[in-house]
Amino acid sequence: MEIRPILSSLRRHRTAAALIVLEIALSCAIICNALFLVSQRVEALHRPSGIAEHELLQIHLGGVGKQTDADARSREDMAALRAIPGVSGVSIVNQMPFQRGSWNTSLANTPDQEVATLNAAQYMTTPGLMKTFGLKLVAGRDFNADEYKDSSVLEQATDTNGMTGSIIVSESAAKRLFPDGGAKAAIGKTVYMANIPLTIVGVVERLTRPNDGNGEWDASMIFPIRLNYDNGGFYVIRVKDPSQRSEVLKAAVAALDKIDPNRLTMVQQPYDDTRRDYFASDRDMIGLLIAVSVLLLAVTALGIVGLASFWVQQRTKQIGIRRALGATRGQILHYFQTENFLLATLGIAIGMVLAFGINQWLMGSYELPRLPWYYLPVGAAALWGLGQLSVLGPALRAAAVPPAVATRTA
Amino acid sequence: MLGYYFRLALRSFLRNKVLTALMVLAIALGIGASMTTLTVFHVLSGDPIPSKSERLFRVQLDPETKDGYKPGEEPQRDLTRFDAEELLRQHKGKRQALMTGGGGAVEPDNSTLKPFVLSMRYTSSDFFPMFDTPFIAGRGWSKSDDDAHARVAVITRKLAEKLFGTHAAVGRDVRVEGNALRIVGVLDDWDPKPHFYDVNVGRYNADEQVFVPFNTAMDLKLGRNGNMNCFGREIVNDNTAINVPCAWLQYWVELDSAAQAGDFKAYLDNYSEQQRAAGRFERPANTRLRDVMDWLDYNHVVPGDVRLQMWLAFGFLLVCLVNTIGLMLAKFLRRSGEIGVRRALGASRAEIFKQCLVEAGTIGLAGGILGLGLAELGLLAVRQRPAGYAQLAHLDGSMLALTFALAILASLFAGLLPAWRAMRIVPAIQLKSQ
Repeated sequence: MEIRPILSSLRRHRTAAALIVLEIALSCAIICNALFLVSQRVEALHRPSGIAEHELLQIHLGGVGKQTDADARSREDMAALRAIPGVSGVSIVNQMPFQRGSWNTSLANTPDQEVATLNAAQYMTTPGLMKTFGLKLVAGRDFNADEYKDSSVLEQATDTNGMTGSIIVSESAAKRLFPDGGAKAAIGKTVYMANIPLTIVGVVERLTRPNDGNGEWDASMIFPIRLNYDNGGFYVIRVKDPSQRSEVLKAAVAALDKIDPNRLTMVQQPYDDTRRDYFASDRDMIGLLIAVSVLLLAVTALGIVGLASFWVQQRTKQIGIRRALGATRGQILHYFQTENFLLATLGIAIGMVLAFGINQWLMGSYELPRLPWYYLPVGAAALWGLGQLSVLGPALRAAAVPPAVATRTA
Repeated sequence: MLGYYFRLALRSFLRNKVLTALMVLAIALGIGASMTTLTVFHVLSGDPIPSKSERLFRVQLDPETKDGYKPGEEPQRDLTRFDAEELLRQHKGKRQALMTGGGGAVEPDNSTLKPFVLSMRYTSSDFFPMFDTPFIAGRGWSKSDDDAHARVAVITRKLAEKLFGTHAAVGRDVRVEGNALRIVGVLDDWDPKPHFYDVNVGRYNADEQVFVPFNTAMDLKLGRNGNMNCFGREIVNDNTAINVPCAWLQYWVELDSAAQAGDFKAYLDNYSEQQRAAGRFERPANTRLRDVMDWLDYNHVVPGDVRLQMWLAFGFLLVCLVNTIGLMLAKFLRRSGEIGVRRALGASRAEIFKQCLVEAGTIGLAGGILGLGLAELGLLAVRQRPAGYAQLAHLDGSMLALTFALAILASLFAGLLPAWRAMRIVPAIQLKSQ
């Protein structure tokens, strides 16, 4: 296939050729970045939480006015909840993975360290969290019964010097606190929360924190502190069979209401709903990005069809002459496909440079990582394919021009 | 002549229906997407209190310890209780108030309604005149109410109608967490968007319905809502006490004019140095005084996603425009014969140029009308979203005007190149060929 005739004819229609190249370049740049953003969001959407998501229910209660004996009432509540058929575990915690708002605290390796080693999410729980959340211990042990303290009692303490405690940390937190050694090396070591020394007694494989934590999304620790329904805790119920969730939830709310009807049920939902709400805006963004990418491809395709049709019409006479001189239909078709291929190549080349430029800007303003290289061949293939498909229609029409056209006067 | 050109444009549309439809659709899609995202951005970044936003300032101090101190770093957003109460006592500046978010259960007198939980705000007396809050009954409480820790409250019209069926609620009691508070004022619907004075409790949908004097709320131990940043070297048990190293209160001041900001900042620096001399602060003076729009900007109130969507839409509009340029070029050059005849009959180049631009402008007008419809659809979709700002997404007058302006200007711009090429057609060549 002779390239030079194609190039020289393009040179005579510089403007239209430049427009097609520009359109392909812009589409390539925008679509590459849009699809990259989509992949980032999809990745965030699929982050593991470390807990048995489909089997958990949440019930948050609120009391009206001062609650006396909230601790005793909470123990009563938990006993009633455990008695419901289908329930395999109940705990009172202060937060869940993937929710708004979180309790965090900084940890240091020495008591007088100026800058903290790690900021981690601070989970508090009643006994049995391993079972309720379905956490997996990779080193050490669960808390002993005597290590648990009531939050309401701790709050009354006037002097925090001399306090100590045990904690369980997530594996990624352990690695950050003790970089050489990993999970097993952290067992028995002491870390400091302000002036309070804490001993690590166990390490779990994964417990994701409630929100992103500036990239440290799985640095968490668990404190054996018993909250009640009034001072920041809420009930988490694990069911044996996920399909029974709504029945168990209804029974649970009814049981709690029976114990004290003056309380308000502020939240009652399966944990899956909590996670879904947290990512709602990400799902939105993904939908929008895909919609715009599809529209962009459609608009580019229509533009190519329009301009190619125009060209075919302009060159009807030349095509007729070529056919009269012996060119086959296939050769005419091939000519237009090659022409489009050349334009697309130039457009994609410019588009790649533009894509990286846009990516640089996004990295600066929106904290995105760099565009991976494999987006380029994928983007190139997509736009080549789009170009070829779009030009097919006009090219077939060109191939159908009869040689007799050459014999008619201009 | 323009009317004639307009009629010529319409005729040419009828002759090339498909091509014209493609062009109008491309512009409409681009305009629809751009206007949807631009409207959302416009609504979210508007000035919530335009009458005095340049005179209202948020105060920031740096009470933290020397650990981890880096000169030039931003200080805490909120104040400690000691600092907020001390600044309030010193009363520099025309008006000022400390405040924090809160929440709790309200029990209606009517026994058929179950108690319900609401968001509240605990603040001091200047809050109401400072933010020009609209009252439909009564007024805010006074400074002596603040000092006396009076059991009073201001509620919203929505709450008054829910509790009493009417907004004439002044003098009646509202039971908050078991305590009776006497209502001294009822606020008309007022929920500034963005919720500039405290972005921690929800930027566009905070929905605070009860306002209680801060001292009273602390006495009654009502629940608080918002950020709490304790930065001391020791763990604190009661983080709302007066002398603890915890930052959680918002402090706003109204000055007589924006020009006084320099003086007030000097006063804050002076205060910081005094606290350092007294041993409470450990860092050199690192204060901030931001007006409403600066404060909103500093907090990145407009979600990053909204900005990103706006840029994406503009990118899409750009591609649509390039598309339109190409299609218009094709359209005009296809009519070379007709243009050649007109030139031969005496039309100047400028007239051809004008005719092509009128045609481009008409496509822009059609695209704008269709784009407006698409933008309304887009905003309808936005209002279905679960975001806090969803209900604000409406086209107002200025956005409507912008839609048409953008559509016509964009298509005129797109038409420049094709019109210039059309105008350069040499009549002689066109008249020779068929």
